[in-house]
Amino acid sequence: MKGTKTFTTFQLTTLVLLRLMIGWQILYEGISKLLIPNWSSAVFLRESQWVLSGFSNWIISHDGVLQVVNFMNIWGLIAIGLGLILGLFTRVAAIAGATLIFVYFLNSPPLLGLEYSLPTEGNCLIFNKTLIEAVGLLILVAFPTSSIMGLDMFISRFKKSKIKKEE
Amino acid sequence: MEDEQKDMNENRSVKRRTLLKALIGIPVLGYFAAETLRKFNFDRAKKSRVIKELGLDDLKIPKVLTSSSGKKGDLIRVGFIGFGNRAHQLSNSLGFMHPDKVKSKEEDGSLAEWLEQEDLNVAITGICDVYDLHAERGLATAHNDVRPGGVSGQNLSAKRYLSYQDLLNDKDIDAVVIATPDHHHAKITSEAVKAGKHVYCEKSICRTEEELYEVYDTVRNSDRVFQLGHQITQNVVFQQAREIIKRDILGKITLIETTTNRNTASGAWIRHLDDDGNPKPGDENSIDWLQWLGSRPYKPFTTDRFYNWTKWFDYDMGMIGQLFTHEFDAVNQLLRIGIPTSAVASGGIYYWKDNREIPDMLNVAFEYPEKEMTLTYSASLSSSRQRGRVFNGHDASMELGGSLSVTADGNSSRYKEYLNKGLIDPSVPMISINPMSGGDIDAITSATEKYYASRGLTTTNINGRRVDVTHLHIKEWIYAIRNGSQTSANIERAFEEGVACVMANKSYQEKRRVEWDPINRRIV
Repeated sequence: MKGTKTFTTFQLTTLVLLRLMIGWQILYEGISKLLIPNWSSAVFLRESQWVLSGFSNWIISHDGVLQVVNFMNIWGLIAIGLGLILGLFTRVAAIAGATLIFVYFLNSPPLLGLEYSLPTEGNCLIFNKTLIEAVGLLILVAFPTSSIMGLDMFISRFKKSKIKKEE
Repeated sequence: MEDEQKDMNENRSVKRRTLLKALIGIPVLGYFAAETLRKFNFDRAKKSRVIKELGLDDLKIPKVLTSSSGKKGDLIRVGFIGFGNRAHQLSNSLGFMHPDKVKSKEEDGSLAEWLEQEDLNVAITGICDVYDLHAERGLATAHNDVRPGGVSGQNLSAKRYLSYQDLLNDKDIDAVVIATPDHHHAKITSEAVKAGKHVYCEKSICRTEEELYEVYDTVRNSDRVFQLGHQITQNVVFQQAREIIKRDILGKITLIETTTNRNTASGAWIRHLDDDGNPKPGDENSIDWLQWLGSRPYKPFTTDRFYNWTKWFDYDMGMIGQLFTHEFDAVNQLLRIGIPTSAVASGGIYYWKDNREIPDMLNVAFEYPEKEMTLTYSASLSSSRQRGRVFNGHDASMELGGSLSVTADGNSSRYKEYLNKGLIDPSVPMISINPMSGGDIDAITSATEKYYASRGLTTTNINGRRVDVTHLHIKEWIYAIRNGSQTSANIERAFEEGVACVMANKSYQEKRRVEWDPINRRIV
């Protein structure tokens, strides 16, 4: 149990809190999209500006692609949220989550000169809460807690016992 | 021994604690599930309560248009009279596109969407335009093999006619699309119907009262199918708006406001220059100017007059004919308001001080005393602030564009109780329907819907696909030709609209209030 020694209780508590809260937020995003009848990412994508706007328009104009994007969004968010909360495959979940949320950010970054018809959360310039959440997930990758407080513990133990047996 | 036992006990309790730590996510997930369920039930209860209070719970709103196929039946051979900008859009809706546009659509990735459009089993077999360049573009469009449904083998060769009379005399043409300047609309429509052709005519139907009576009588006394070019009511949201009006959600409506705001040179019909500021092509060698003028008084040819004809009363009714026609149709399709009792118009040329005659600022009030209602039209060509199309009722108002939103009135009698209880908030829409996001009733409007409600759209949503509304309108016409059904913008609607427009135009030009004499069926 190398990891335990590197965290104080306070460090561990705050890191786990961060993990649980981001996991909660992402899971609820996924679940609420699942519960909205006929939810489609097209509304969001139509707003897309800056570097990804061409790609987003391409998605909207291809129905099949749009359906896949919708499906991956809903179930991707749910899987990532579950992974973070349960502490299961957390590294994969955090990396995937950071990537996905960074793509959301790139679609509507609060850059000077870009204006959106949808309301945005708070007053932001260049960095917004979406980007901060993505960086938060990177912190979770850098300081993993799931093998101490999470189902990943069983996986890491299983691996360790396997290594011991081989020795 | 004792020490060993103690160690083992400690070990076990440490293990148990480690195990419990690993399972920290489980109670969190349980709490999450409980809260999500609570929120879901709360939202549903709130939504269903409002929907019930409004009597919307059994409202069967079609989410998609019951879109009958326009394809079945014999091939219909269509001739185009006039092949300018609008004709390109109309031919796209029929399933034909100029190679240049195909290329640009390929580049921006929107070609696939157009190729999915329903094949209507029509062929463009005749083109008539007084301008050689336009006619050539029309022929290239008709002959292009890149089409929805692939090459159907129905690409008959298209022929150019130098005069519209020649085109009408050709027995091998079944139907015509008229997309000329407005001063030809009524005359060509009448002649086309007399020649046995079905007609799709761009708005506006006429320029003068005399033209209107003649075209009305001719079309009405024939069995030919007529459709006036108003596509916006094909948007699925109009069916939903119709239900909302039928259910009396708005209460007594005494004021309907329609508006247009534009703020560009092109929007003010200054279109004779290309993007680089050079005059667009065309001269008297390539344009049959006398045919273009038709019965209108002789004026020497200029590219200004040829491209910007809307600016003069000789050729159309300005904003009334180009823009208000759509507004009138939108309201008339919903409420069947018919011909107004009186009209008063005022305005002037306040911004675009070129050689134009038509006003760039216009206000018209139409009275419907029998229906206890006023319809207003207010238009500006020097501001692009969108003012929307609003049905003002005593209990609620409805803004209707590409999407729809209904907002309760703070002083409504009907919703008083719910307003007092805070169940309905008069500062946000209580119903909003956005066909682009699934077309569901959203009784408690989200911020997203609120913002989208203000936007106009040129496409609607059918079975999850975006569909061009002009395509639906032209398909309705094709379907009616094959099946003998009614078109929505038929000659009766066109007549009502024509009278309203001529009344407004007359009032503006003669600077007086004009009235409709329902007995003699004349404007006085």
